[in-house]
Amino acid sequence: MTRDVKVSIRELYKIFGGAPQDALTHVRAGMGKTELLERHGHVLGLSDINVDIRAGEVTVIMGLSGSGKSTLIRHLNRLIEPTAGQILVDGEDVMTYGEAQLRQLRRERMSMVFQKFALLPHRSVLENAGMALAVRGICREEFEGEANRWLDRVGLSGYGSQYPHQLSGGMQQRVGIARALTSNSEIMLMDEAFSALDPLIRTDMQDLLLELQRELQKTVIFITHDLDESLKLADHLVILKDGRVVQQGEPQEILLHPNDPYIVDFISDINRARVLRVRSVMKKTSATPGEYAGEVDHDDNLESVIACSQGDIGLCYRVMCEGQQVGVLDMKDLVRALVPTRAADDGLRAKATA
Amino acid sequence: MATYDFVFDRIGLNGWCEGGGESAAGPMSMSDLLAQAAGEDPSSRTSIWELPFPSLDALHNACAAFPQSRELTKGLENGFLAVKDTLKIGLDPLTQPLSWALQSALYVFQTTPWWIMIPLMLAVVLVVSRSWRLVGFVAFCVMLLAFIDHYDHAMQTLAIIFVCAFICVLLGVPIGIAMSRSNAMQRSAIPVLDMLQTLPPFVYLIPLIFLFSVTEPKLYGIAIILYAIVPVIRLTDLGIRLVDKEVIEASDAFGMTDHQKLFGVQIPLALPNIMAGVNQTIMMSLAMVVIASLVSAPGLGVLVLRGIRNLELGVGLVAGLGIVLLAVILDRVTKAALARVNAAHKY
Repeated sequence: MTRDVKVSIRELYKIFGGAPQDALTHVRAGMGKTELLERHGHVLGLSDINVDIRAGEVTVIMGLSGSGKSTLIRHLNRLIEPTAGQILVDGEDVMTYGEAQLRQLRRERMSMVFQKFALLPHRSVLENAGMALAVRGICREEFEGEANRWLDRVGLSGYGSQYPHQLSGGMQQRVGIARALTSNSEIMLMDEAFSALDPLIRTDMQDLLLELQRELQKTVIFITHDLDESLKLADHLVILKDGRVVQQGEPQEILLHPNDPYIVDFISDINRARVLRVRSVMKKTSATPGEYAGEVDHDDNLESVIACSQGDIGLCYRVMCEGQQVGVLDMKDLVRALVPTRAADDGLRAKATA
Repeated sequence: MATYDFVFDRIGLNGWCEGGGESAAGPMSMSDLLAQAAGEDPSSRTSIWELPFPSLDALHNACAAFPQSRELTKGLENGFLAVKDTLKIGLDPLTQPLSWALQSALYVFQTTPWWIMIPLMLAVVLVVSRSWRLVGFVAFCVMLLAFIDHYDHAMQTLAIIFVCAFICVLLGVPIGIAMSRSNAMQRSAIPVLDMLQTLPPFVYLIPLIFLFSVTEPKLYGIAIILYAIVPVIRLTDLGIRLVDKEVIEASDAFGMTDHQKLFGVQIPLALPNIMAGVNQTIMMSLAMVVIASLVSAPGLGVLVLRGIRNLELGVGLVAGLGIVLLAVILDRVTKAALARVNAAHKY
């Protein structure tokens, strides 16, 4: 299932410093981040970023602090101006937009959720939720219905007349999400939206986002430094390091085939059984196996299959997708997939298959 | 003759010195005279310990063509007098409304009978502070002032503060906003504000006395405004700069225009700081209104001045205490208003 490209980032560079254009020529000639800082006093923020963001998908951009992920998301609505490159939204280059067009883009086509919520402290929850509409000049009576609808949807019915400081962090971020949804824009930018919340609330909010996403099919660009979060949410995962894209693709694909030692390190201590799904480790075949212990869904994670098999690795399952068999899962393959990639380099996995 | 003769000898400017030196034959100083009488050359007794700094006066002694330092102050004075008339053409009509405002405020505050004025003031206190305790305190202070026959003077002082503080806010807030939006503007305004704040208040009066006649109310009005406007400008600038960057970013991300951002986000969020500035401005106008009584500002300051001039100890002290009472009232009322603004901004 391939969807249309909604937002496309092309050869984007961002260099911070006094003469970024001069520094750009050095970077294009292949100079690295450290060298650029030492020899020319410029900070390389982003370097040659190419990402296609598909409509209706959650694209997660992951990286540690300083990797340029927050800088990158701010380029999409031009809160930060790039040094070079193109940002295409629906095929139009945002960089060519004048002030009025840019404002229209920010008001109607993109909304944003912030790490520290960034609600207006002097406005009520309802007014905050309706902020995007109020900015367009719609009066309170008219946006009230829409704002209340989304506040209800994120689970804040009846809080409209309160002020942000009266709510907990999780609830404030719900207001932030309601605010983004009320604008009814197709694209939602989420800048570490859940990073400031405690783990339980964060899980709640992730579930809320996934639920909303199933229903609304927005184009979501989500920034995070949390690998578990990115694996949970992402349809498309982009991993940034030092302002460069190290690897991008389907999260399962990245887990099974990391192409960079940095990513191997990154994924080495996650719970693979919970993250990997049956479809990524199954053998694709429509032929029914001779003997099988049962049926599993292609989107189940391995943990649930292990629970189902009660630890017996001799079993074999039919993998179903919407009532049809799409493959066969051998428990041995499943167990092998649980071994992190670093172990594979040591040859353990090779011996096992031999 | 003088210490620095050798400098002019060395660089060959003797001719120029003598050419311009009609005052070379000017008055001889007593020390020169004494030295001459003792038959010694003044330069010969100059040891290194007595070496004067090569100031204008010292150089003038050596070379008569060199100006003396009193010519600097004189030049400044002449320069000011020369531009004064041109300056007045522009300044007079520009500042005339200030005179009218002060005159009418004084008229209104003085002619309104006390049994209307005092309840009205208490009502205002109640509206801005929502505190009956404060209203009681203000009522007590005002009645006390009225009881000791200082009511009229206190009303004059209040009228002047009312007009001047209002104009300070009217001009100061926009200036502060402009400073907060442009770093260049801030850099150029800060030295001016520093100067206004540190210049001794009496010094303000000197050029103003030359510019306007002492009978015009705008003379002291301008002095008070210049002195008191600084805090409201500074705190408006600071308040707007301190608004949470994330909130500003969110406003941008949702496509607010500059106008929407300023009036919908920045000013409301800077309000606690702006109010603190207004409080300071009012207190500084009160300080200046006393000094301004030197240039015919009416009010309690006149009584203080009388106390000093005629050595009437009691008059001066009672008027001084009256000023303290006014200051306390104004401070408490504006602080109560500030606290209410702050309570609405808890975050």
